[in-house]
Amino acid sequence: MNSSVDSPITAPTTAQLQAQAQSGGLDVVRIRKDFPILSRQINGKPLAYLDSGASSQKPRSVIDAESHYYEQIHANVHRGVHSLSQWATEAYEGAREKVRGFINAASTREIIFVRGTTEAINLVAQSYARPRLQPGDEILITWLEHHANIVPWQMVCEQTGAKLKVAPIDERGEVDVAAFENLLGPRTRLVALAHISNALGTVLPLQRLIAAARTHNAAVLIDGAQAVPHMAVDVRALDCDFYAFSGHKMYGPTGIGVLYAREAILKTMPPWQGGGDMILQVTFDKTTYNTLPYRFEAGTPNIAGAVGLGAAIDYLQSLGLARIAVCEQQLLRYATATLEKIPGLRIIGTAAEKAAVVSFIVDGVHPHDLGTILDADGIAIRTGHHCAMPVMEFFNVPATARASLSFHNTREEIDRLAAGIEKARRLLGPPTATGTN
Amino acid sequence: MDLQDLYRDVIVDHNRNPRNFGRIDPADAHAEGFNPLCGDHLQLWAKLDGDRIADVQFEGKGCAISVASASLMTETLKGRSLTEVHDYFKQIHALLTTDDYKPTLPLGKLAALSGVREFPSRVKCASLCWHTLMAALDRQNKPVSTE
Repeated sequence: MNSSVDSPITAPTTAQLQAQAQSGGLDVVRIRKDFPILSRQINGKPLAYLDSGASSQKPRSVIDAESHYYEQIHANVHRGVHSLSQWATEAYEGAREKVRGFINAASTREIIFVRGTTEAINLVAQSYARPRLQPGDEILITWLEHHANIVPWQMVCEQTGAKLKVAPIDERGEVDVAAFENLLGPRTRLVALAHISNALGTVLPLQRLIAAARTHNAAVLIDGAQAVPHMAVDVRALDCDFYAFSGHKMYGPTGIGVLYAREAILKTMPPWQGGGDMILQVTFDKTTYNTLPYRFEAGTPNIAGAVGLGAAIDYLQSLGLARIAVCEQQLLRYATATLEKIPGLRIIGTAAEKAAVVSFIVDGVHPHDLGTILDADGIAIRTGHHCAMPVMEFFNVPATARASLSFHNTREEIDRLAAGIEKARRLLGPPTATGTN
Repeated sequence: MDLQDLYRDVIVDHNRNPRNFGRIDPADAHAEGFNPLCGDHLQLWAKLDGDRIADVQFEGKGCAISVASASLMTETLKGRSLTEVHDYFKQIHALLTTDDYKPTLPLGKLAALSGVREFPSRVKCASLCWHTLMAALDRQNKPVSTE
Protein backbone atom coordinates (compact mmCIF):
# COMPACT_ATOMS: atom_id res chain seq x y z
CA MET A 1 0.00 0.00 0.00
CA ASN A 2 1.80 3.14 -1.12
CA SER A 3 -1.13 5.49 -0.84
CA SER A 4 -0.96 7.57 2.30
CA VAL A 5 -4.36 9.17 1.89
CA ASP A 6 -6.34 5.94 1.80
CA SER A 7 -7.87 5.20 5.14
CA PRO A 8 -7.95 1.46 5.85
CA ILE A 9 -11.70 1.71 6.34
CA THR A 10 -13.26 3.25 3.27
CA ALA A 11 -16.51 2.86 1.47
CA PRO A 12 -16.23 0.30 -1.34
CA THR A 13 -15.29 1.79 -4.69
CA THR A 14 -17.75 1.75 -7.55
CA ALA A 15 -15.68 -0.97 -9.20
CA GLN A 16 -15.83 -3.11 -6.05
CA LEU A 17 -19.58 -2.64 -5.76
CA GLN A 18 -19.98 -3.53 -9.42
CA ALA A 19 -17.88 -6.66 -8.97
CA GLN A 20 -19.99 -7.71 -6.00
CA ALA A 21 -23.24 -7.08 -7.83
CA GLN A 22 -21.93 -9.25 -10.66
CA SER A 23 -21.20 -12.10 -8.30
CA GLY A 24 -24.40 -12.53 -6.33
CA GLY A 25 -23.09 -10.57 -3.35
CA LEU A 26 -19.97 -12.72 -3.00
CA ASP A 27 -16.64 -10.94 -2.60
CA VAL A 28 -14.69 -12.71 -5.32
CA VAL A 29 -11.43 -10.94 -4.54
CA ARG A 30 -11.55 -12.27 -0.99
CA ILE A 31 -12.78 -15.69 -2.07
CA ARG A 32 -9.86 -16.09 -4.46
CA LYS A 33 -7.48 -15.62 -1.55
CA ASP A 34 -9.09 -18.64 0.12
CA PHE A 35 -7.65 -20.87 -2.65
CA PRO A 36 -3.83 -21.04 -2.45
CA ILE A 37 -3.48 -22.56 -5.92
CA LEU A 38 -5.24 -19.64 -7.60
CA SER A 39 -2.28 -17.37 -6.93
CA ARG A 40 0.20 -19.53 -8.78
CA GLN A 41 1.48 -19.05 -12.29
CA ILE A 42 1.15 -21.66 -15.03
CA ASN A 43 3.57 -21.36 -17.94
CA GLY A 44 4.42 -17.86 -16.78
CA LYS A 45 0.79 -16.69 -16.70
CA PRO A 46 -1.68 -16.37 -13.83
CA LEU A 47 -3.74 -19.54 -13.55
CA ALA A 48 -7.30 -19.24 -14.89
CA TYR A 49 -8.87 -22.43 -13.60
CA LEU A 50 -11.94 -23.21 -15.68
CA ASP A 51 -12.03 -26.95 -15.02
CA SER A 52 -13.90 -27.24 -11.73
CA GLY A 53 -16.30 -29.73 -13.31
CA ALA A 54 -13.45 -32.22 -13.61
CA SER A 55 -12.16 -31.48 -10.12
CA SER A 56 -12.48 -28.34 -8.04
CA GLN A 57 -9.60 -26.60 -6.29
CA LYS A 58 -9.35 -26.61 -2.50
CA PRO A 59 -9.78 -23.70 -0.12
CA ARG A 60 -7.21 -23.23 2.64
CA SER A 61 -9.76 -24.35 5.27
CA VAL A 62 -10.06 -27.80 3.65
CA ILE A 63 -6.30 -28.21 3.32
CA ASP A 64 -5.84 -27.08 6.93
CA ALA A 65 -8.57 -29.38 8.24
CA GLU A 66 -6.79 -32.40 6.74
CA SER A 67 -3.37 -31.28 8.00
CA HIS A 68 -4.73 -30.55 11.46
CA TYR A 69 -6.37 -33.94 11.55
CA TYR A 70 -3.09 -35.68 10.75
CA GLU A 71 -1.00 -33.45 13.01
CA GLN A 72 -3.23 -33.56 16.10
CA ILE A 73 -5.93 -36.18 15.92
CA HIS A 74 -5.19 -39.20 13.79
CA ALA A 75 -5.71 -42.77 14.95
CA ASN A 76 -7.99 -45.50 13.66
CA VAL A 77 -11.70 -45.01 14.19
CA HIS A 78 -14.23 -47.15 16.05
CA ARG A 79 -11.43 -49.22 17.57
CA GLY A 80 -9.25 -47.90 20.35
CA VAL A 81 -10.14 -46.76 23.82
CA HIS A 82 -7.31 -44.26 23.75
CA SER A 83 -7.98 -40.56 23.39
CA LEU A 84 -6.76 -40.16 19.82
CA SER A 85 -8.99 -42.94 18.58
CA GLN A 86 -11.96 -41.33 20.27
CA TRP A 87 -11.14 -37.93 18.80
CA ALA A 88 -10.62 -39.42 15.35
CA THR A 89 -13.97 -41.17 15.64
CA GLU A 90 -15.61 -37.93 16.70
CA ALA A 91 -14.06 -36.08 13.76
CA TYR A 92 -15.14 -38.78 11.30
CA GLU A 93 -18.67 -39.05 12.68
CA GLY A 94 -18.87 -35.27 12.93
CA ALA A 95 -18.22 -35.12 9.20
CA ARG A 96 -21.01 -37.63 8.64
CA GLU A 97 -23.41 -35.38 10.54
CA LYS A 98 -22.31 -32.40 8.40
CA VAL A 99 -23.04 -34.39 5.24
CA ARG A 100 -26.43 -35.38 6.62
CA GLY A 101 -27.32 -31.76 7.22
CA PHE A 102 -25.88 -30.69 3.86
CA ILE A 103 -28.31 -32.87 1.90
CA ASN A 104 -31.05 -32.95 4.56
CA ALA A 105 -31.04 -36.73 5.05
CA ALA A 106 -33.19 -38.03 7.88
CA SER A 107 -30.38 -39.83 9.69
CA THR A 108 -26.62 -40.34 9.66
CA ARG A 109 -27.43 -44.05 9.20
CA GLU A 110 -28.25 -43.08 5.63
CA ILE A 111 -24.83 -41.54 4.93
CA ILE A 112 -22.22 -44.01 3.68
CA PHE A 113 -18.71 -42.79 3.02
CA VAL A 114 -17.25 -44.17 -0.20
CA ARG A 115 -14.37 -43.23 -2.52
CA GLY A 116 -16.54 -41.16 -4.81
CA THR A 117 -19.62 -41.10 -7.01
CA THR A 118 -18.41 -44.01 -9.12
CA GLU A 119 -18.00 -46.29 -6.11
CA ALA A 120 -21.38 -45.20 -4.74
CA ILE A 121 -23.15 -46.16 -7.97
CA ASN A 122 -21.30 -49.47 -8.16
CA LEU A 123 -22.33 -50.21 -4.58
CA VAL A 124 -25.99 -49.70 -5.48
CA ALA A 125 -25.61 -51.74 -8.67
CA GLN A 126 -24.06 -54.68 -6.87
CA SER A 127 -25.82 -54.61 -3.50
CA TYR A 128 -29.25 -53.23 -4.38
CA ALA A 129 -29.84 -54.08 -8.03
CA ARG A 130 -28.01 -57.35 -8.55
CA PRO A 131 -29.87 -59.44 -5.94
CA ARG A 132 -33.23 -58.08 -7.08
CA LEU A 133 -33.11 -58.00 -10.86
CA GLN A 134 -34.66 -60.79 -12.88
CA PRO A 135 -34.17 -61.45 -16.58
CA GLY A 136 -36.34 -59.00 -18.49
CA ASP A 137 -36.39 -56.39 -15.73
CA GLU A 138 -35.37 -52.91 -16.84
CA ILE A 139 -33.08 -50.11 -15.71
CA LEU A 140 -33.79 -46.71 -17.25
CA ILE A 141 -31.08 -44.06 -17.68
CA THR A 142 -30.73 -41.07 -20.03
CA TRP A 143 -28.51 -40.35 -23.00
CA LEU A 144 -26.55 -37.65 -21.19
CA GLU A 145 -25.17 -39.80 -18.37
CA HIS A 146 -21.52 -39.93 -17.38
CA HIS A 147 -19.91 -43.34 -18.02
CA ALA A 148 -20.04 -43.94 -14.24
CA ASN A 149 -23.84 -43.92 -14.47
CA ILE A 150 -23.88 -46.22 -17.52
CA VAL A 151 -21.26 -48.91 -17.11
CA PRO A 152 -22.20 -50.19 -13.60
CA TRP A 153 -25.73 -50.77 -14.95
CA GLN A 154 -24.44 -52.52 -18.06
CA MET A 155 -22.44 -54.78 -15.78
CA VAL A 156 -25.40 -55.63 -13.58
CA CYS A 157 -27.57 -56.20 -16.66
CA GLU A 158 -25.01 -58.69 -17.91
CA GLN A 159 -25.00 -60.40 -14.52
CA THR A 160 -28.79 -60.62 -14.20
CA GLY A 161 -30.29 -60.61 -17.69
CA ALA A 162 -31.95 -57.25 -17.05
CA LYS A 163 -32.17 -54.70 -19.87
CA LEU A 164 -30.76 -51.17 -19.99
CA LYS A 165 -33.09 -48.58 -21.51
CA VAL A 166 -31.94 -45.11 -22.50
CA ALA A 167 -34.17 -42.03 -22.65
CA PRO A 168 -33.19 -39.74 -25.54
CA ILE A 169 -32.12 -36.09 -25.40
CA ASP A 170 -32.85 -33.30 -27.86
CA GLU A 171 -30.65 -30.85 -29.77
CA ARG A 172 -30.43 -28.53 -26.77
CA GLY A 173 -29.22 -31.34 -24.56
CA GLU A 174 -32.46 -31.66 -22.61
CA VAL A 175 -33.99 -35.01 -21.69
CA ASP A 176 -37.06 -35.80 -23.77
CA VAL A 177 -39.49 -36.10 -20.86
CA ALA A 178 -42.33 -37.63 -22.89
CA ALA A 179 -40.00 -40.30 -24.28
CA PHE A 180 -38.67 -40.92 -20.77
CA GLU A 181 -42.19 -41.45 -19.49
CA ASN A 182 -42.97 -43.80 -22.36
CA LEU A 183 -39.91 -45.89 -21.56
CA LEU A 184 -41.12 -46.44 -17.99
CA GLY A 185 -43.11 -49.61 -17.63
CA PRO A 186 -44.10 -52.48 -15.36
CA ARG A 187 -40.61 -53.98 -15.65
CA THR A 188 -38.74 -50.77 -14.74
CA ARG A 189 -37.03 -51.58 -11.46
CA LEU A 190 -34.58 -48.72 -11.24
CA VAL A 191 -34.13 -45.27 -12.75
CA ALA A 192 -30.65 -43.72 -12.63
CA LEU A 193 -30.33 -40.04 -13.55
CA ALA A 194 -27.76 -37.31 -13.47
CA HIS A 195 -28.81 -34.26 -11.49
CA ILE A 196 -26.65 -32.10 -13.78
CA SER A 197 -24.97 -33.29 -16.98
CA ASN A 198 -21.19 -33.00 -16.69
CA ALA A 199 -20.68 -32.65 -20.45
CA LEU A 200 -23.52 -30.24 -21.23
CA GLY A 201 -24.46 -28.52 -18.00
CA THR A 202 -28.14 -29.46 -18.35
CA VAL A 203 -30.05 -29.45 -15.06
CA LEU A 204 -32.51 -32.33 -15.28
CA PRO A 205 -36.18 -31.76 -14.33
CA LEU A 206 -35.87 -34.24 -11.47
CA GLN A 207 -39.16 -33.44 -9.81
CA ARG A 208 -41.08 -34.53 -12.86
CA LEU A 209 -38.82 -37.47 -13.77
CA ILE A 210 -38.81 -38.87 -10.22
CA ALA A 211 -42.58 -38.48 -9.89
CA ALA A 212 -42.99 -40.44 -13.13
CA ALA A 213 -40.65 -43.18 -11.89
CA ARG A 214 -42.66 -43.37 -8.67
CA THR A 215 -45.88 -44.14 -10.53
CA HIS A 216 -44.15 -47.31 -11.72
CA ASN A 217 -42.67 -48.09 -8.30
CA ALA A 218 -39.15 -47.88 -9.67
CA ALA A 219 -36.30 -47.07 -7.30
CA VAL A 220 -34.46 -43.84 -8.14
CA LEU A 221 -30.74 -43.11 -8.01
CA ILE A 222 -29.43 -39.60 -8.65
CA ASP A 223 -25.83 -38.97 -9.73
CA GLY A 224 -25.29 -35.66 -7.98
CA ALA A 225 -21.56 -35.24 -8.63
CA GLN A 226 -22.06 -32.04 -10.66
CA ALA A 227 -24.92 -30.66 -8.56
CA VAL A 228 -23.71 -30.50 -4.96
CA PRO A 229 -21.09 -27.76 -5.52
CA HIS A 230 -23.57 -25.53 -7.33
CA MET A 231 -26.97 -25.75 -5.66
CA ALA A 232 -28.66 -26.69 -2.40
CA VAL A 233 -29.70 -30.35 -2.52
CA ASP A 234 -32.46 -31.81 -0.35
CA VAL A 235 -32.73 -35.56 -0.82
CA ARG A 236 -36.05 -35.75 0.98
CA ALA A 237 -37.61 -33.01 -1.12
CA LEU A 238 -36.28 -34.78 -4.24
CA ASP A 239 -37.83 -38.05 -3.06
CA CYS A 240 -34.96 -40.14 -4.40
CA ASP A 241 -33.81 -43.45 -2.92
CA PHE A 242 -30.11 -42.98 -3.60
CA TYR A 243 -28.01 -39.87 -4.11
CA ALA A 244 -24.31 -40.18 -4.98
CA PHE A 245 -21.62 -37.49 -4.98
CA SER A 246 -17.87 -36.90 -4.73
CA GLY A 247 -15.90 -34.72 -2.36
CA HIS A 248 -13.34 -33.55 -4.89
CA LYS A 249 -15.87 -31.79 -7.13
CA MET A 250 -17.26 -29.80 -4.17
CA TYR A 251 -13.96 -28.28 -2.96
CA GLY A 252 -13.21 -31.28 -0.74
CA PRO A 253 -10.44 -33.87 -0.97
CA THR A 254 -10.08 -36.60 -3.57
CA GLY A 255 -10.83 -40.18 -2.56
CA ILE A 256 -13.91 -39.40 -0.46
CA GLY A 257 -17.52 -39.42 -1.57
CA VAL A 258 -20.97 -40.16 -0.29
CA LEU A 259 -23.78 -42.53 -0.98
CA TYR A 260 -27.03 -41.39 0.54
CA ALA A 261 -29.60 -44.18 0.67
CA ARG A 262 -32.95 -44.40 2.38
CA GLU A 263 -32.59 -46.35 5.60
CA ALA A 264 -35.52 -48.66 4.83
CA ILE A 265 -33.81 -49.73 1.61
CA LEU A 266 -30.32 -49.99 3.11
CA LYS A 267 -31.66 -52.43 5.69
CA THR A 268 -32.63 -54.82 2.89
CA MET A 269 -29.26 -54.64 1.12
CA PRO A 270 -26.52 -57.20 1.73
CA PRO A 271 -23.01 -55.89 2.45
CA TRP A 272 -20.94 -55.22 -0.66
CA GLN A 273 -17.39 -55.61 0.59
CA GLY A 274 -16.30 -57.65 3.59
CA GLY A 275 -13.67 -56.71 6.14
CA GLY A 276 -13.13 -54.60 9.22
CA ASP A 277 -15.69 -52.06 10.45
CA MET A 278 -18.57 -53.76 8.62
CA ILE A 279 -18.84 -56.65 11.10
CA LEU A 280 -19.97 -57.11 14.70
CA GLN A 281 -18.76 -60.63 15.28
CA VAL A 282 -16.80 -63.16 13.27
CA THR A 283 -16.47 -66.87 13.83
CA PHE A 284 -15.54 -69.30 11.10
CA ASP A 285 -19.16 -70.46 11.07
CA LYS A 286 -20.90 -67.14 10.87
CA THR A 287 -20.32 -63.42 10.69
CA THR A 288 -22.73 -60.91 12.15
CA TYR A 289 -22.75 -57.67 10.23
CA ASN A 290 -22.57 -54.27 11.81
CA THR A 291 -25.41 -51.78 11.93
CA LEU A 292 -25.95 -48.98 9.45
CA PRO A 293 -24.08 -47.20 8.00
CA TYR A 294 -20.97 -49.17 9.03
CA ARG A 295 -22.20 -52.33 7.35
CA PHE A 296 -21.25 -50.68 4.04
CA GLU A 297 -17.90 -49.28 5.15
CA ALA A 298 -15.50 -52.21 5.08
CA GLY A 299 -11.92 -51.50 6.07
CA THR A 300 -10.37 -48.42 7.63
CA PRO A 301 -12.15 -45.53 5.96
CA ASN A 302 -10.71 -42.35 4.47
CA ILE A 303 -10.92 -40.52 7.80
CA ALA A 304 -8.91 -37.47 6.77
CA GLY A 305 -10.91 -37.26 3.54
CA ALA A 306 -14.17 -37.23 5.48
CA VAL A 307 -12.82 -34.51 7.77
CA GLY A 308 -11.78 -32.49 4.72
CA LEU A 309 -15.20 -33.02 3.16
CA GLY A 310 -16.78 -31.71 6.34
CA ALA A 311 -14.61 -28.59 6.06
CA ALA A 312 -15.66 -28.19 2.42
CA ILE A 313 -19.32 -28.29 3.49
CA ASP A 314 -18.61 -25.64 6.14
CA TYR A 315 -16.92 -23.53 3.46
CA LEU A 316 -19.78 -23.83 0.97
CA GLN A 317 -22.34 -23.06 3.67
CA SER A 318 -20.36 -20.02 4.86
CA LEU A 319 -20.65 -18.59 1.33
CA GLY A 320 -24.24 -19.78 0.98
CA LEU A 321 -25.38 -22.09 -1.78
CA ALA A 322 -28.05 -19.64 -2.88
CA ARG A 323 -25.44 -16.90 -3.32
CA ILE A 324 -23.14 -19.35 -5.11
CA ALA A 325 -25.94 -20.25 -7.52
CA VAL A 326 -26.65 -16.57 -8.31
CA CYS A 327 -22.95 -15.81 -8.80
CA GLU A 328 -22.38 -18.79 -11.08
CA GLN A 329 -25.49 -18.10 -13.15
CA GLN A 330 -24.20 -14.59 -13.79
CA LEU A 331 -20.82 -16.01 -14.82
CA LEU A 332 -22.58 -18.49 -17.10
CA ARG A 333 -24.56 -15.74 -18.82
CA TYR A 334 -21.40 -13.70 -19.31
CA ALA A 335 -19.41 -16.67 -20.62
CA THR A 336 -22.20 -17.71 -22.99
CA ALA A 337 -22.59 -14.20 -24.38
CA THR A 338 -18.81 -13.76 -24.71
CA LEU A 339 -18.14 -17.07 -26.43
CA GLU A 340 -21.16 -16.83 -28.73
CA LYS A 341 -19.59 -13.76 -30.32
CA ILE A 342 -16.62 -15.79 -31.57
CA PRO A 343 -17.10 -16.72 -35.25
CA GLY A 344 -17.10 -20.45 -35.89
CA LEU A 345 -17.77 -21.31 -32.24
CA ARG A 346 -20.74 -23.52 -31.46
CA ILE A 347 -21.94 -24.15 -27.93
CA ILE A 348 -22.93 -27.78 -27.33
CA GLY A 349 -25.64 -27.92 -24.69
CA THR A 350 -28.10 -25.03 -24.67
CA ALA A 351 -30.70 -26.27 -22.20
CA ALA A 352 -33.01 -23.68 -20.67
CA GLU A 353 -31.79 -24.63 -17.21
CA LYS A 354 -28.03 -25.06 -17.03
CA ALA A 355 -25.23 -25.14 -14.51
CA ALA A 356 -22.18 -22.97 -15.16
CA VAL A 357 -20.73 -25.25 -17.82
CA VAL A 358 -20.00 -24.20 -21.40
CA SER A 359 -19.11 -27.03 -23.77
CA PHE A 360 -18.15 -25.89 -27.25
CA ILE A 361 -16.40 -26.64 -30.51
CA VAL A 362 -14.55 -24.24 -32.80
CA ASP A 363 -14.42 -24.60 -36.60
CA GLY A 364 -11.05 -25.90 -37.75
CA VAL A 365 -9.61 -26.14 -34.24
CA HIS A 366 -9.67 -29.53 -32.55
CA PRO A 367 -10.47 -29.27 -28.82
CA HIS A 368 -7.19 -30.98 -27.95
CA ASP A 369 -5.19 -28.31 -29.81
CA LEU A 370 -7.29 -25.62 -28.18
CA GLY A 371 -6.51 -27.12 -24.76
CA THR A 372 -2.78 -26.97 -25.45
CA ILE A 373 -2.93 -23.41 -26.79
CA LEU A 374 -4.95 -22.18 -23.80
CA ASP A 375 -2.63 -23.97 -21.39
CA ALA A 376 0.28 -21.97 -22.76
CA ASP A 377 -1.62 -18.91 -21.50
CA GLY A 378 -2.28 -20.43 -18.08
CA ILE A 379 -5.93 -21.24 -18.86
CA ALA A 380 -7.09 -24.70 -17.75
CA ILE A 381 -10.12 -26.21 -19.48
CA ARG A 382 -11.21 -29.77 -20.10
CA THR A 383 -11.02 -31.20 -23.60
CA GLY A 384 -12.17 -34.57 -24.82
CA HIS A 385 -15.28 -36.70 -24.47
CA HIS A 386 -15.84 -35.90 -20.76
CA CYS A 387 -16.51 -39.57 -19.98
CA ALA A 388 -19.79 -39.14 -21.85
CA MET A 389 -19.09 -40.72 -25.24
CA PRO A 390 -22.80 -41.22 -26.06
CA VAL A 391 -23.29 -37.44 -25.70
CA MET A 392 -20.44 -36.82 -28.15
CA GLU A 393 -21.96 -39.35 -30.53
CA PHE A 394 -25.37 -37.67 -30.27
CA PHE A 395 -23.92 -34.29 -31.25
CA ASN A 396 -21.69 -36.00 -33.82
CA VAL A 397 -18.47 -34.54 -32.46
CA PRO A 398 -15.41 -36.54 -31.37
CA ALA A 399 -14.78 -34.22 -28.47
CA THR A 400 -15.58 -30.79 -27.11
CA ALA A 401 -13.77 -28.12 -25.13
CA ARG A 402 -15.45 -27.40 -21.81
CA ALA A 403 -15.11 -24.44 -19.50
CA SER A 404 -16.72 -25.25 -16.16
CA LEU A 405 -17.04 -22.26 -13.89
CA SER A 406 -16.95 -21.74 -10.17
CA PHE A 407 -17.82 -18.82 -7.90
CA HIS A 408 -14.08 -18.10 -7.69
CA ASN A 409 -13.88 -17.33 -11.41
CA THR A 410 -14.00 -13.81 -12.81
CA ARG A 411 -15.16 -12.11 -15.98
CA GLU A 412 -11.57 -11.26 -16.68
CA GLU A 413 -10.75 -14.99 -16.80
CA ILE A 414 -13.60 -15.54 -19.26
CA ASP A 415 -12.22 -12.68 -21.39
CA ARG A 416 -8.82 -14.39 -21.34
CA LEU A 417 -10.50 -17.63 -22.45
CA ALA A 418 -12.13 -15.80 -25.36
CA ALA A 419 -8.81 -14.20 -26.33
CA GLY A 420 -7.13 -17.62 -26.20
CA ILE A 421 -9.78 -19.11 -28.48
CA GLU A 422 -9.24 -16.27 -30.95
CA LYS A 423 -5.51 -16.96 -30.83
CA ALA A 424 -6.14 -20.65 -31.59
CA ARG A 425 -8.37 -19.68 -34.53
CA ARG A 426 -5.62 -17.47 -35.94
CA LEU A 427 -3.08 -20.26 -35.53
CA LEU A 428 -5.07 -23.26 -36.73
CA GLY A 429 -8.49 -22.21 -37.95
CA PRO A 430 -9.56 -21.88 -41.55
CA PRO A 431 -7.52 -19.23 -43.40
CA THR A 432 -10.51 -16.83 -43.38
CA ALA A 433 -10.37 -16.91 -39.60
CA THR A 434 -7.40 -14.57 -39.76
CA GLY A 435 -9.73 -11.85 -41.05
CA THR A 436 -12.26 -10.01 -38.94
CA ASN A 437 -15.38 -11.64 -40.41
CA MET B 1 6.90 -24.27 -23.67
CA ASP B 2 6.79 -22.68 -27.09
CA LEU B 3 3.60 -23.05 -29.09
CA GLN B 4 5.39 -21.97 -32.26
CA ASP B 5 7.64 -24.99 -31.87
CA LEU B 6 4.64 -27.32 -31.69
CA TYR B 7 2.51 -25.74 -34.40
CA ARG B 8 5.22 -25.12 -37.00
CA ASP B 9 4.14 -23.92 -40.42
CA VAL B 10 4.53 -27.34 -41.98
CA ILE B 11 2.26 -28.87 -39.28
CA VAL B 12 -0.37 -26.17 -39.76
CA ASP B 13 -0.22 -26.64 -43.53
CA HIS B 14 -0.58 -30.43 -43.39
CA ASN B 15 -3.46 -30.10 -40.90
CA ARG B 16 -5.34 -27.67 -43.13
CA ASN B 17 -4.57 -29.59 -46.30
CA PRO B 18 -3.84 -33.20 -45.44
CA ARG B 19 -2.06 -35.13 -48.20
CA ASN B 20 -3.10 -38.66 -49.15
CA PHE B 21 -6.48 -38.19 -47.50
CA GLY B 22 -8.72 -40.92 -48.88
CA ARG B 23 -9.26 -44.64 -49.16
CA ILE B 24 -7.69 -47.38 -51.25
CA ASP B 25 -10.07 -50.06 -52.42
CA PRO B 26 -9.04 -52.82 -52.61
CA ALA B 27 -6.09 -52.38 -50.26
CA ASP B 28 -3.40 -54.87 -49.28
CA ALA B 29 -3.28 -53.63 -45.72
CA HIS B 30 -5.74 -51.73 -43.56
CA ALA B 31 -5.98 -50.82 -39.88
CA GLU B 32 -7.92 -48.51 -37.59
CA GLY B 33 -6.44 -46.49 -34.72
CA PHE B 34 -7.99 -44.74 -31.70
CA ASN B 35 -6.72 -42.31 -29.12
CA PRO B 36 -9.38 -42.50 -26.40
CA LEU B 37 -7.95 -39.49 -24.54
CA CYS B 38 -8.80 -36.99 -27.25
CA GLY B 39 -11.14 -38.93 -29.48
CA ASP B 40 -8.70 -39.16 -32.38
CA HIS B 41 -9.72 -41.85 -34.82
CA LEU B 42 -8.02 -42.74 -38.08
CA GLN B 43 -7.98 -45.44 -40.70
CA LEU B 44 -5.07 -46.32 -42.94
CA TRP B 45 -4.95 -48.21 -46.22
CA ALA B 46 -1.83 -49.35 -48.03
CA LYS B 47 -1.17 -50.83 -51.45
CA LEU B 48 1.97 -52.94 -51.62
CA ASP B 49 4.24 -53.64 -54.57
CA GLY B 50 6.43 -56.51 -53.44
CA ASP B 51 8.12 -55.21 -50.33
CA ARG B 52 7.43 -51.58 -51.22
CA ILE B 53 4.57 -49.30 -50.24
CA ALA B 54 3.12 -48.32 -53.60
CA ASP B 55 0.42 -46.14 -52.05
CA VAL B 56 -0.78 -45.25 -48.58
CA GLN B 57 -3.86 -43.21 -47.70
CA PHE B 58 -5.66 -42.22 -44.52
CA GLU B 59 -8.96 -40.86 -43.29
CA GLY B 60 -10.07 -39.77 -39.89
CA LYS B 61 -10.81 -37.07 -37.37
CA GLY B 62 -8.24 -35.76 -35.01
CA CYS B 63 -6.26 -32.89 -33.64
CA ALA B 64 -3.82 -30.91 -35.77
CA ILE B 65 -0.88 -32.97 -34.55
CA SER B 66 -2.45 -36.31 -35.40
CA VAL B 67 -3.73 -35.19 -38.82
CA ALA B 68 -0.46 -33.50 -39.78
CA SER B 69 1.55 -36.47 -38.55
CA ALA B 70 -0.48 -38.89 -40.68
CA SER B 71 -0.22 -36.59 -43.68
CA LEU B 72 3.56 -36.23 -43.31
CA MET B 73 3.97 -39.95 -42.72
CA THR B 74 2.09 -40.98 -45.85
CA GLU B 75 3.96 -38.42 -47.94
CA THR B 76 7.31 -39.66 -46.68
CA LEU B 77 6.68 -43.39 -46.92
CA LYS B 78 5.20 -43.71 -50.38
CA GLY B 79 7.60 -45.80 -52.47
CA ARG B 80 9.68 -46.89 -49.47
CA SER B 81 10.61 -50.50 -48.72
CA LEU B 82 9.17 -52.17 -45.63
CA THR B 83 12.66 -52.18 -44.09
CA GLU B 84 12.86 -48.42 -44.54
CA VAL B 85 9.36 -48.02 -43.09
CA HIS B 86 10.42 -49.86 -39.93
CA ASP B 87 13.56 -47.72 -39.70
CA TYR B 88 11.48 -44.55 -39.95
CA PHE B 89 9.11 -45.85 -37.29
CA LYS B 90 12.00 -46.34 -34.86
CA GLN B 91 13.47 -42.92 -35.65
CA ILE B 92 10.17 -41.10 -35.23
CA HIS B 93 9.51 -42.90 -31.99
CA ALA B 94 12.91 -41.80 -30.68
CA LEU B 95 12.39 -38.26 -32.00
CA LEU B 96 9.10 -37.96 -30.10
CA THR B 97 10.34 -39.36 -26.83
CA THR B 98 14.08 -38.67 -26.47
CA ASP B 99 15.64 -35.32 -25.62
CA ASP B 100 18.09 -34.00 -28.22
CA TYR B 101 17.72 -37.06 -30.42
CA LYS B 102 19.88 -36.92 -33.54
CA PRO B 103 18.18 -38.90 -36.29
CA THR B 104 20.38 -41.08 -38.46
CA LEU B 105 17.98 -40.93 -41.41
CA PRO B 106 17.21 -37.77 -43.35
CA LEU B 107 13.76 -37.06 -41.91
CA GLY B 108 12.88 -34.13 -44.16
CA LYS B 109 9.56 -32.56 -43.20
CA LEU B 110 9.02 -35.23 -40.53
CA ALA B 111 11.59 -33.37 -38.45
CA ALA B 112 8.84 -30.81 -37.78
CA LEU B 113 7.44 -33.30 -35.27
CA SER B 114 10.40 -32.80 -32.94
CA GLY B 115 8.55 -29.93 -31.23
CA VAL B 116 5.96 -32.40 -29.92
CA ARG B 117 8.51 -33.80 -27.46
CA GLU B 118 8.08 -30.73 -25.24
CA PHE B 119 4.38 -31.53 -24.90
CA PRO B 120 4.22 -35.02 -23.35
CA SER B 121 0.41 -35.10 -23.44
CA ARG B 122 0.56 -34.77 -27.22
CA VAL B 123 3.11 -37.47 -28.08
CA LYS B 124 0.36 -40.04 -28.57
CA CYS B 125 -1.34 -37.74 -31.06
CA ALA B 126 1.77 -37.79 -33.25
CA SER B 127 2.47 -41.50 -32.87
CA LEU B 128 -1.06 -42.83 -33.47
CA CYS B 129 -0.70 -43.02 -37.26
CA TRP B 130 2.63 -44.79 -36.99
CA HIS B 131 1.28 -47.47 -34.67
CA THR B 132 -1.73 -47.85 -36.92
CA LEU B 133 0.50 -48.31 -39.97
CA MET B 134 2.59 -50.92 -38.18
CA ALA B 135 -0.59 -52.79 -37.29
CA ALA B 136 -1.80 -52.62 -40.87
CA LEU B 137 1.48 -53.95 -42.20
CA ASP B 138 1.46 -56.74 -39.64
CA ARG B 139 -1.91 -57.60 -41.16
CA GLN B 140 -3.54 -57.15 -37.79
CA ASN B 141 -7.04 -56.02 -38.47
CA LYS B 142 -7.71 -55.33 -34.81
CA PRO B 143 -8.16 -51.66 -33.88
CA VAL B 144 -5.10 -49.99 -32.39
CA SER B 145 -5.47 -47.94 -29.24
CA THR B 146 -2.91 -45.59 -27.75
CA GLU B 147 -4.05 -46.60 -24.27
